[in-house]
This record gives sequence, structure tokens and C-alpha cells, in this order.
Amino acid sequence: MIRRLQPVAAIALVVLLIGVPLWLVVATAGKSRGEAIDPNLSPPAEWHLLDNLRQVWTEADVPAALLGSLLIVVPTVAGVLVLGSMAAWVLARRGSRLTAALYALGISGIILPPAVVTVVLLLRQLGLAGTALGMIGVYLGVYLSTVIFFVTGFVRTIPEALEEAARIDGAGPVAVFRLVVLPLLRPVLATATILICLYVWNDVFYAFFVIGGRLDTLPLNLFRVASAGLYLNNWHLIFAYVILMSLPLVLVFAVAQRKIISGITGGAVK
Amino acid sequence: MTSAIGTLTKARALPQAAPGTITRRTHPLWFLLPAYALLLVFFVLPTAYQFVYAFTDWSGFKASINPVGVENLTQLASDGTLFRALRITVVYAVLVAIFQNAFGFGLAVLLERDTLVNRICRTFFVVPVLMSALAVGYVFQALLKGTGLLADTTWTIVVVALIHAWKWMGLAMLIYLAGLKTIPEDVLEAARIDGASRWRAFWAIRVPLLAPAVTFNVATALLGSMNGFDIVQATTGGGPARTTELLNIFIYRTFGQGLFAQATTMSLVLFLLVTLMAFPVIYLLRRREEVQ
Repeated sequence: MIRRLQPVAAIALVVLLIGVPLWLVVATAGKSRGEAIDPNLSPPAEWHLLDNLRQVWTEADVPAALLGSLLIVVPTVAGVLVLGSMAAWVLARRGSRLTAALYALGISGIILPPAVVTVVLLLRQLGLAGTALGMIGVYLGVYLSTVIFFVTGFVRTIPEALEEAARIDGAGPVAVFRLVVLPLLRPVLATATILICLYVWNDVFYAFFVIGGRLDTLPLNLFRVASAGLYLNNWHLIFAYVILMSLPLVLVFAVAQRKIISGITGGAVK
Repeated sequence: MTSAIGTLTKARALPQAAPGTITRRTHPLWFLLPAYALLLVFFVLPTAYQFVYAFTDWSGFKASINPVGVENLTQLASDGTLFRALRITVVYAVLVAIFQNAFGFGLAVLLERDTLVNRICRTFFVVPVLMSALAVGYVFQALLKGTGLLADTTWTIVVVALIHAWKWMGLAMLIYLAGLKTIPEDVLEAARIDGASRWRAFWAIRVPLLAPAVTFNVATALLGSMNGFDIVQATTGGGPARTTELLNIFIYRTFGQGLFAQATTMSLVLFLLVTLMAFPVIYLLRRREEVQ
């Protein structure tokens, strides 16, 4: 009985909880302006999805915002992965009291909220206010802790003998790290990449303080578009934007689903 | 001379006599340098700044910054803003933690068996996790527009907490699913042989063994929602009548008004609140790791 009902219940739940909101996005993004003013679940009389996507793309400066997003996401992810795993490797292998304290400090950023207001002042003093470099620095400061946490846990599961073999062959620490450790970290780095991309790609809060009004990213731009008087109640354009912005992550997920799921969950329940 | 150097190096080499010993030569501390320099400049330093600038008159209206003591704090406390924002933030965080875990756990149990239908359903529940929180907020603002659910001074905080939980329930589900998988089949088999009912085996064996997943999920939900902003900003903007104004929304609003010192003060309050709640959480996470 339960076995027979379970698939029905599962599908009903998906339709109700996920299907309805997603349908609202697609249907509204396909409507004309007049139809979309009061968003509802009825299908559009005539589909304008592509027109709306095109209108958002050109009128809302999406290409510039997309460029801004990439300009910040790519160096941030590369930076946290390389620098975070360098630190995590040494922290995991050396068991002194100093490294234990440094580890605690290193992962505290997972939990503690960053100082969003004073960081603006600091960036101004450093001459980095409103710049991509300043934004990347802030994200590095926020997300290095996530990488250090995940990678340190992972390094401890790698047998040390693998490093030793390379050392006996005369490899220095840089060579051991680059040629032995880093390749072994691939699974955990894949997880970290997904998580950090997810956070940074979608972040609007930190970006508002650091680069708001100076440099555009997709979420900042969406926020501006949706809050601007001109676009208020232009739900068809807001949801067309939501589709444009979510598509890259959804596509990445669709392609690498299995890996991503096992990566995310593996770190959490061990 | 050479022998002196020889003894020196030998003395130095002593601790790593056994091959494979970890030393500063094989794992040099300078590997920590870039990461910790960045953490120091972009995380520790701004945090330290908060303890200074929360007690000044820093604002967007004048160039000079002068110390004013605890004036910002007393002002925020005396007009009720401080405790209201604190209360709203904690209520929101607790509600999110409850809803997110209840939904995630329920979905994990429902979709546990590895059938094709279940696999497809799981994928759909992960889509909101990938969406931007801002977008999620707009979706629900549109969906709930005519219902009055976002305009109730008592219940809107519950509604926005439900939306937050909706966005993240897929992640909680995945973590609970992974947790359920770590429970060995033979333990359940033994319980069955001992005559335990399905129901009893579930609550007496599986649920307790999910402890690590619960720790992780509750901790991330609690602390993630205390730092929440996007979803509430996009659905209610802190309203109605500021009944959903989380600390971060207050910070965003006052910062936009140029009241930098007040924003810093609230940011410091948030920092202290999270620190206070984080100690037990860090303790649990670290202990979990040592077991591993």
C-alpha cells in the first residue's frame, strides 16, 4: 500500500511545492506587460518569452552585469581554492598547538558574520573601494574559511605515505603539494567550487556594500531593476531576468548532478 | 667546521629521523601565509574596526569621525530598535531552523528509496537551492501578492521564514539522505529479527544515528538565517511596520541613509549575537571531526 502510494505522493509534492512557483516564473516571463501586472498562474494568452528575454538583455544592461559577475566570480573561486588548500594541507598535517589555534581562527568565518559596514571604510583606506579587486578581497576573506574547513577534513583522510614517496624521490614541499596533494583533492575541490560559485554568483548583500552603484553584477542589477520605479510591477521582465540569471547554475547542475550531490553531502555527514 | 655544521644539521634533523614525520621542512608554515594574510586584512581587521567605529559618530554627512562613547548603543536601545531587531532575528532564525529541518527530513524519508521517480523528484527539490535568494523572494512576492500573507504584522515573519526554509530544504534533504545512507543495513536487520516494528526501528535506530546530519543542518540553518537578508528584503523589505526587519535589513537601510555608525553598531550586535550562539555549535562541529 505504502509502496504504491509513495510515487504518487512524491510527484504531487513536487508539482505543488516546486512546480507551482516555477510555473509562475515561466508563465509570467512569457506574458505581455498588461497581462503580467497581476501575476497569476494562468498561461499567457500569447507567449512572449523570447521577446521579454531579449528586452531584458538589452534594456537592463545584462551583458555588462554578466561580465561584472564573471570578473568577480572567477578570480574569487580560483583564489579560495588554491590559497585555501595550501593552508589546509599544512594545517591538516602539522599537529602543533599553533596550527590548531590557526585552524580554529581559519574556520571561524564559516559562522561569524563579516563586518559589512566597516569593510567599506577599510577598502576606502586601501584605495580599493568600489573596485572588483576590493570585492574579490572581501569574498576571499569570507569564503576561505569554507574551503579551509572542507579541505582540512579531506586531507586527513589521505594517507601520508603518498607524500612520503614523492619526498624520498627528492621533491620539495611545493612539488609535493602541486604534484601529489592537489590532484588528490579533486573531489573536495569540486564541491567547494560549486558551493562558492553558488554563494558568490547569487550574493547581493555584500556586493551592495562594497561595489553597489560602481560595478554591476547580475544580482545587483536584478535588485536595481526590480526596485526601480520604472520596472515596478513589470513582473514579466523581472521573471525573464530571473530565468536568465538562474540558467547557468541550473545547466551546470544538470550536467554534473551526481558529482555535485555526492560532494556536497559527503562533507556534511562524515 | 664541517663537523660542527654536520652536528647542527643532524640536531635539526633529529625530529624527522623517522621517514614521514611532519616537520617545518616538509610542511612549511609559509603555505599558510597568503590565506591568513587575506583573512587578516579582509576579515579580522574589519571585524576589529567594528569595536572602534560603533562608538563614533561616523556618518555620510561629515568628513570627521569622533568618538562618542556608547551613545549609538543607548540610542538604539532606548527607542526599542535594538531589542526589536534582535528579537525578530532570533525568532526568524529559530523558525527557519525548525521548518527547514522538518521539510528536509520529511522529504528525505519520503524520497529515500532509489527509484527513478524519487531521483527525478530530488533533482526538482534542489532547483531552489541553486536559485538566487533574491529571485526566490520575488517569486513569492508575486505568488502571495493578493493573499495578504505578506502584510500581517504578526504572521508575516512566519511566512518569510517558510520561504527561506523552502529555498534551502533541498540541501537539508540531500544531507539527511546521505545521513540515512550511512546507517548499516545489518543494524536494521538485527532490530527486525528482535521483533521491532518498522515504526519503532525508525525512531529508535535510524533517527539517533542521524545525529551528525542534524547537527550540520541545524547549525547551518540557524546561523545562515541569522545572517539572512535577500529573501526578506525581496518579499517584504522589512515590513509591514518593520515587523520583519532583520538585523541585516536594518544595517542595509541605515547604511543607505548614511548613518554609518548606527549600521556599524547593529553589525557589531549581530556579530556578538552569532558569536554567543556559535560557541556550542563550533564545539559540536569540532567534536564530530575528532571522532572522524
